[in-house]
Parts: sequence; C-alpha cells; structure tokens
Amino acid sequence: MAKRPMLEIAALEKRFGDNTILKQIDLKVAEGELVFVIGPSGSGKSTMLRCCNRLEQPTSGDIIVDGRNIMAGTSRDLAQMRLQIGMVFQGFHLYPHMNVLKNVTLAQRKALKRSKAEADVRAMDMLERVGLAHKADAYPSELSGGQQQRVAIARALALDPKIMLFDEPTSALDPELVGSVLKVMKDLKSKGMTMLVVSHEMGFARETADRVVFMDGGVIVEEGTPDEIFGAPKAERTRAFLSRVAG
Amino acid sequence: MDILIDQFFNVAIMQKAFPLLLKGLWMTLQLCVAVILLGLVGGLFVALGNLSPRRWLRWPTIVYIDVFRALPPLVLLIFIYSGLPFAGINVSPFTAVVIAFLLNNSSYYAEVYRAGLISVAKGQWEAAASTGLSRSQSLVYVVLPQAVRNVLPDLLSNTVEVVKLTSLASVISLSELLYSADMARSVTYNASPLVLAALFYLVLLWPLVRLVSHFQRRLAA
Ligand SMILES: Nc1ncnc2c1ncn2[C@@H]1O[C@H](COP(=O)(O)OP(=O)(O)OP(=O)(O)O)[C@@H](O)[C@H]1O
Ligand SMILES: [Mg+2]
Repeated sequence: MAKRPMLEIAALEKRFGDNTILKQIDLKVAEGELVFVIGPSGSGKSTMLRCCNRLEQPTSGDIIVDGRNIMAGTSRDLAQMRLQIGMVFQGFHLYPHMNVLKNVTLAQRKALKRSKAEADVRAMDMLERVGLAHKADAYPSELSGGQQQRVAIARALALDPKIMLFDEPTSALDPELVGSVLKVMKDLKSKGMTMLVVSHEMGFARETADRVVFMDGGVIVEEGTPDEIFGAPKAERTRAFLSRVAG
Repeated sequence: MDILIDQFFNVAIMQKAFPLLLKGLWMTLQLCVAVILLGLVGGLFVALGNLSPRRWLRWPTIVYIDVFRALPPLVLLIFIYSGLPFAGINVSPFTAVVIAFLLNNSSYYAEVYRAGLISVAKGQWEAAASTGLSRSQSLVYVVLPQAVRNVLPDLLSNTVEVVKLTSLASVISLSELLYSADMARSVTYNASPLVLAALFYLVLLWPLVRLVSHFQRRLAA
C-alpha cells in the first residue's frame, strides 16, 4: 500500500556563502512513517531539518508538506504552514518566563486563535500524554532536562502538526533521562504521527524506524530499512561511520 | 550655626515656598511621564531597527543612537528652543524639553534594549517561529519579556537619569521643580527652598535607585 507522502524534500540545496552544505537532497516521508537520519557531525542533518520549516532559508529546491509547497507564499502563509510542522530542538527552548501550561498554550492562542478554555484543555491532554500533567504550573527551570524536552514535545503536538521534526532530542540529556523522551516518541509513532528524526540513538532506530537515512558531506549516501542499514550497509562510508559509532 | 539653619533649613520659608514647589514638582512629573513613556516606546523601535537585517533600517538608527548620545542634552534643548525660531519654528518650552530629552533619552533606552534583545538566545526566536508565531508575536510574547528582565537595572538607571535631566529645563524658564525653587530662593533671599527641592528629588529618586540595586543584586545572584 503506497501511502501519500506527508513531507517531500525535492532537489534541496543549501549554501552558506561559497560552502554548499546540502547538495540535491531528495527525501520523502510517507504518512505515519518514521524516518531516522544519521551521519557524522557537520554532514548537514540539522540544516536539512531546519530547511523543512524554513528556519534556514533553502538556496533552492522544494519542501512540500501534505501537498503544499512551503517555498511558495507570503510570510503569513509560512507561519500558517509552520503550524503543521512540529519541531523539537536539542536544547528544548522552552520559554523560561512562562509556566509549563503557558508554554503549551501560547501558540495555540496566538497562532491558531483558540480560546483560552480550548487551548488549556488541549494542553492538559498533551501534557497527560507526555506524563507531565502534574507539572502544568511549574516553570521550566524547575524541571529536569527530560521533563523539559517532553514539555517541548507537548508544545509542538498541541498544534496538531502533520509531521514532527526532531533534531537530536536526547543529545543534551543525562543518560538516565533519555529513555523517558524516547518512550514518548515511540508512543507518538504508534499513534500514527509522521516523524523525521535526527539522532544517535541507534537502538531506538532499530526498534522504531521504518527507514534509516545516512547523510555525509551534504548528500544522502544511502537509505534503507534499519536491518539493511545497520545489518548490511552497502556504501563504504556508511560502514565506516557505523563501525565508528559502534565504538 | 544659627545662620546656617536660618539660611538653609528655615522651616517658615519652606512652608511658604511649599505650594510653589509642589506646582514645580507637578510640572517635573509631567515632563518625566512624557519623556519616559515616549522614550521607552521610541527606544524600542530604534533598537529593533538597529538589529534589523535590513540595511536601510539599520543605518539610520546607528546614526541616530550615536548622534543623540554624543550631543549634550542641554545643547539640544537650547538649539530647539532658541535656535529653531530662526527657521520660523516656535515651540513651547514644554514641547522643546520633551523633544530634546526624548531624542537624548530614547537613544540610551535603545542601547539598553539592544543589549537586552541580543542577550536572549536565538533558540527562543526559533522555537517561537517553529510554532507558527509571527515575528512580532515572537517579539512581544517570547523575546521582549526576557530581554527586559535581563536589562531591568539599566532601564531603571536610565529612567533615574531622565528625572535628573528634567532639572535642566530650568534654563529655558520652564517652571519645573528646580526653577520654582530658585524663584522662591530669589524672592525670599534664602536658600531653604533649594534644600526643599533637593529633598523632593531625593524622595522621588531614592526608591528608584534602591530598586536598581535590588535588581542588580538579584541578577548577579
Ligand atoms: N549559519 C551557518 N553559517 C555558516 N555555516 C553553517 C551555518 N549553519 C551550519 N553551517 C555549516 O553547515 C555544515 C552542516 O551543519 P549541520 O549543523 O547541519 O550539521 P549536522 O549534521 O547537524 O552536525 P551535528 O551532528 O554536529 O549536529 C557545518 O559544516 C556547519 O559548519
Ligand atoms: Mg546537528
């Protein structure tokens, strides 16, 4: 069964000055699919993800989310389209001057124009889902890194995105807190969320990913199922990278 | 000793001068409110222009901030009040003071805002943008509250400076607090009204400077 693509990256190029960081990237993520991106530092993983909601302006190429090209349109259209693309950052980036509930309701109120009552209900649902409903009144500084990241996930989910982008969501966490975030992501996947994940958690990828993409030097070197990439990588560069991270 | 008390702390004269000084205080407060409020708003826009990626916005604000921080406020004031009439532009003393000190003061506020805005991590803008907030929404709800909190002592210090600055208005005979006190001094041949005015300034500003210290200590902690 061929599912419709929820995200389509087509001929994406990104240059910083004379440096070409991304070269002709093509990638499709189908509805409900979890695509896992690996690659060495500096290979362009974050840049690719950030081009998907135009936090980074692509030099050329197209980003199509559920049939709509986010490269077209005014800045207001862009804000509207970003509502459909949830993003989770390595550094959480919760708003430190607002409590957890306000963190999760702000964009619902101001961008989606939901009523306060509606936004609160939705926020509490999402906080419940990430296991933090009891922290609604807490401030980010009172939470552990793992809890902050789960609030950040709830903040993105509350906007009913069509796809979620994760940029190394567990890299800033103490090892004992990583599991709680991965559990939430696994739960999301099982509920049918479309996800594009940059991470070094290979165990998570093996268990949860539908496809693994290996990037190096601004190109997609190889992609396949987790078994294919981790079990029998074809490209020499993939093999070298995997043996390095396996330690 | 008695002469000293009679000349500087003469209660009878202070009582007589009190109503006049109150009127002066009222004028000083009006000046402060106008200059501070307009300065806080104007300074923010200047700071935003200064941080804009657009060159045509950045350049004029750089010039603005430099020029009006370098020009002595008294020179500005006298130029506007006594110089502009030569070009056929007449402004009231009150307007002249507000314009002169606003130009000076908003450029200082702008520098403070600028420091505050760049102290907020880029990730905050990005998180806000990624959730569909516009640039101005991100500024108002996410970045500005943090920026202001980070530079609150400097914003307050600058506000204290504005209050002090208004005493310069006396040179163009605007009857604010200092001018009124000096009037009273000249009719009573006694310095006590000036001492009373100094007390007024102290009562007005002391809580503010206390607050500055308080915030500085809290931010340092
Ligand atoms: N704003 C920028 N200006 C100039 N160069 C940049 C900028 N952002 C990223 N780069 C460069 O682009 C390249 C790819 O960076 P990117 O952050 O996408 O890599 P990454 O694969 O996410 O690496 P890591 O695993 O370390 O996070 C790097 O060489 C980086 O120096
Ligand atoms: Mg990265």
